[in-house]
Amino acid sequence: MPVPSRWMIRAALAYLMLGFTAGALLLAAKGMGGGPGVWSLRPLHIEWLLVGWTAQLTMGVAYWIFPRVALRRDVSGSAVPVWFTFAALNAGVWLAGLGAIEPRAWNGAMALGGRLLEVAAAAAFVMAMWKRVRPGLAQM
Amino acid sequence: MPPLTRWYIRFAFGYLVLALLTGTAAAARQPFGLPPVIAALGPVAVHLFVVGWITQMIFGVAYWMFPRHSAEMPRGDPAPAIMTLVLINTGLLLRVVAEPWQAVRPSGAVAALLVLSAVAQWLAGLAFVWQMWPRVKER
Repeated sequence: MPVPSRWMIRAALAYLMLGFTAGALLLAAKGMGGGPGVWSLRPLHIEWLLVGWTAQLTMGVAYWIFPRVALRRDVSGSAVPVWFTFAALNAGVWLAGLGAIEPRAWNGAMALGGRLLEVAAAAAFVMAMWKRVRPGLAQM
Repeated sequence: MPPLTRWYIRFAFGYLVLALLTGTAAAARQPFGLPPVIAALGPVAVHLFVVGWITQMIFGVAYWMFPRHSAEMPRGDPAPAIMTLVLINTGLLLRVVAEPWQAVRPSGAVAALLVLSAVAQWLAGLAFVWQMWPRVKER
């Protein structure tokens, strides 16, 4: 498993725990009642689990297992786009999640910035992986 | 495919069907004048799909495919993986029962079931991360 995959998968596991913690608090609040503080976790719960956990885990595993671009073990193409994906996606998760928490003058811009970073991360990932969507080297 | 993975995937398949059926029932409430409890199935359908199907499928496949823990125990100690399987399904099924029930007829006992469901699912996540973290490595 290459280094960028390990970072993405570890980050995804961390988001799984963050998202499950927020989800457990929200679910428990449905039973016990909870202040508005608990309900403000909802956008973060969704962002952590859908983008931080599911999307990031998928990206990390795809970078690991998709056919390589050459026979040498370490050649999965340049790692720069996938590192950019990692940085932009994680910054985007926090900005988009925190920006959606409560209405303030600046947080609409924060949420928009987060979404733009997520789009940039996705575009970089697709460009990096596009050429790896092909038969494996052994089949060529 | 290890036996535990087979169980994860069988449960995941079951939740896929159940999630879509539940979503269909929620959508049918208004046109068919179904009882109000059906309206409370919306969040249940989402979580059956996202937790029961997607997350549980990921858990099962990751347990199978991730780099080996060691030559002696390729997938590590199976106890946390068994705990994950039991707790995620117990927690989710408790939610399926308790969430609509609490929405329609709230009571202390049902509230306690919701809290139990929350704790069970949180512990399942913790056990999975505990199990898989050491397997996120080069080979």
